[in-house]
Amino acid sequence: MPGFLRGLVPFAIAVPVLLLVQWATSNAPFFVILSLTVGVNVALAVSLNIVNGMTGQFSIGHAGFMAVGAYIAGVVSKATAVFGISFLPELISDQVLYSVSLVVGASVAGLFGFLVGLPSLRLKGDYLAIVTLGFGEIIRVVVQNTEVFGRALGLSGVPQRTTLFSCWFVVVIVVVVARRIRGSSHGRALLAIREDEIAAEAMGVNTTAYKVRAFVVASFFAGLAGGVFAHYQSIVAPSSFGFVKSMEIVVMVVAGGLGSTTGAVIAAVLLTLLPEALRSAFFAFTGSASFAEKAEQIRMPIYGLLLVVIMLVRPQGLFGSRELWDMQPFKRWLGGGK
Amino acid sequence: MSELVQHIINGLAAGTIYALVALGYTMVYGVLKLINFAHGDVMMVGVYVGYASAKQMGREFSQSFLGISLVFLMAMCACAVLGFLIERFAYRPLREKPKLTSLITAIGMSFFISYSFQVETKIGDVTVLPGAAPKAFPEIIKPTEWLVFGDRDIVIWNWQVVSVVIAVALMAALQYLVFRTRFGMAMRAVSFDHKSAGLMGIPVDRVIALTFMLGSALAAGAGLLYALKDTLVQPLMGVTVGLKAFVAAVIGGIGHVPGAVVGALALGLVEEFVVGYGSSTWRDAVAFAFLIVVLLFKPEGIFGKVTAEKV
Repeated sequence: MPGFLRGLVPFAIAVPVLLLVQWATSNAPFFVILSLTVGVNVALAVSLNIVNGMTGQFSIGHAGFMAVGAYIAGVVSKATAVFGISFLPELISDQVLYSVSLVVGASVAGLFGFLVGLPSLRLKGDYLAIVTLGFGEIIRVVVQNTEVFGRALGLSGVPQRTTLFSCWFVVVIVVVVARRIRGSSHGRALLAIREDEIAAEAMGVNTTAYKVRAFVVASFFAGLAGGVFAHYQSIVAPSSFGFVKSMEIVVMVVAGGLGSTTGAVIAAVLLTLLPEALRSAFFAFTGSASFAEKAEQIRMPIYGLLLVVIMLVRPQGLFGSRELWDMQPFKRWLGGGK
Repeated sequence: MSELVQHIINGLAAGTIYALVALGYTMVYGVLKLINFAHGDVMMVGVYVGYASAKQMGREFSQSFLGISLVFLMAMCACAVLGFLIERFAYRPLREKPKLTSLITAIGMSFFISYSFQVETKIGDVTVLPGAAPKAFPEIIKPTEWLVFGDRDIVIWNWQVVSVVIAVALMAALQYLVFRTRFGMAMRAVSFDHKSAGLMGIPVDRVIALTFMLGSALAAGAGLLYALKDTLVQPLMGVTVGLKAFVAAVIGGIGHVPGAVVGALALGLVEEFVVGYGSSTWRDAVAFAFLIVVLLFKPEGIFGKVTAEKV
């Protein structure tokens, strides 16, 4: 198969499968909402993994980029909601406008990634972590003080255009791009930076350029995920993008294994579904909503403890830098793997 | 003019509190090259211990000099123990691992402490964890005007004086400890090179543990002063104050004791001016903007040394 066609294979498989799932679950609204939440988190975790996992730069302000994408996409969508593209049926014209707003939101988030990344990636470890955190906070404060974004109340009335298909299509794009970065010389440069920045530089890797690029790609996808999020929540409030959200994503990446895309996907799915499952289980057993609320509260300390315990017991995370198919049972199935 | 003076006074008073917290960051960074993200949360725990003990003592006793001293003592001891536990069980096992590991652990620890305190838990009648609702801190020092100039143009409150006095006393004690005592010498030796220090017979583990306890106790003191000023206590106060103190420590040059104080005073003043002449909603963004600007132009901080990294 020629190279450029092989790149399309994942999409050729994903599109019909997603359409089929969407058609099959059109009567199960709870499942759809849950799958959207999971999808957004997967996209966020996989994109953060490009920076934190592959490049070894510790960013803890990913929710800030998500916020940029969500707000910009939301504003664009709201502004264009009254228009339709005349020669297209309404449904399709909506989706076209939706895609445009997503891309605009993601591009602005990517631009912010560039602006934040260019100066701050000169900093290392702890400092970078603090600057990204600070950036996330600044974004939140700016949004809270801006009229267009609805101040503290948030942006309401964003048209609900996210479907299961569009959400998971974004996820597929993010995962494929992350995988292809990992497999390319670009990805190997990122890994070299992670292992030893000085040695990488000595071997001719332009560390700053690669780090900034990784940062821009990650923030672009975070913005994309934010746009998807905005279009199913329909209300975008600053509180959705606080430090807690950033930490949630970090926990997913760390638990999945720094540098493992499949690890990030699996950790994101599990860590999104687990609280939901706990909540329903509590509710089913005790029949009272207060216990279910407790489960939601306990989630945060557990995340913190999880980070500490993972670092003490298994610092490389669930998968380390390996992918699912590098694991023993799968390796045997796939005949030795790659 | 008098408005300006008032802002400067308020800013300096707020700055001294940040300075006490910042000293904890800077000391721990000095010996361990680790940013203890949980430091602010240790401070928050100290404030809650102070809150609980002041409530137990009752209004009358907690306002006496003995009562106030006891409240401070309880909080500082509790935090010293907490600091020791965190160091022993979370940081010590990771000391020889890559730095990113300890960084993630520190962030996790901070998250764990602050959010556990948000889960209201009771065993019998005793409240173990307070829950998310902010609580009014008991007035162990009744706010009174200490000095008034003109027609209430400039007012200095008694708690401002108390915080400045306590903060300056603690800082002087710390400076003495680090530069004039055997323990301080051991601390500086560990900071310089902990492997060689160990070979020279310095008990590295004990020095690091003691540094943690000292920093945590300072944080508890600072937290109580902050609670007197702010009058509200809540589980997430540690995150905000802790981050700002961290910013102060970085601005001054992390690892540098007087630098942390200067950075904290500068931050206190900048924040006060933004609130006074701008809008209070921007206050939390300013600290970070200030930090980013400093890191861009002088990443080692005002007093920090430039260190070249060796392979």
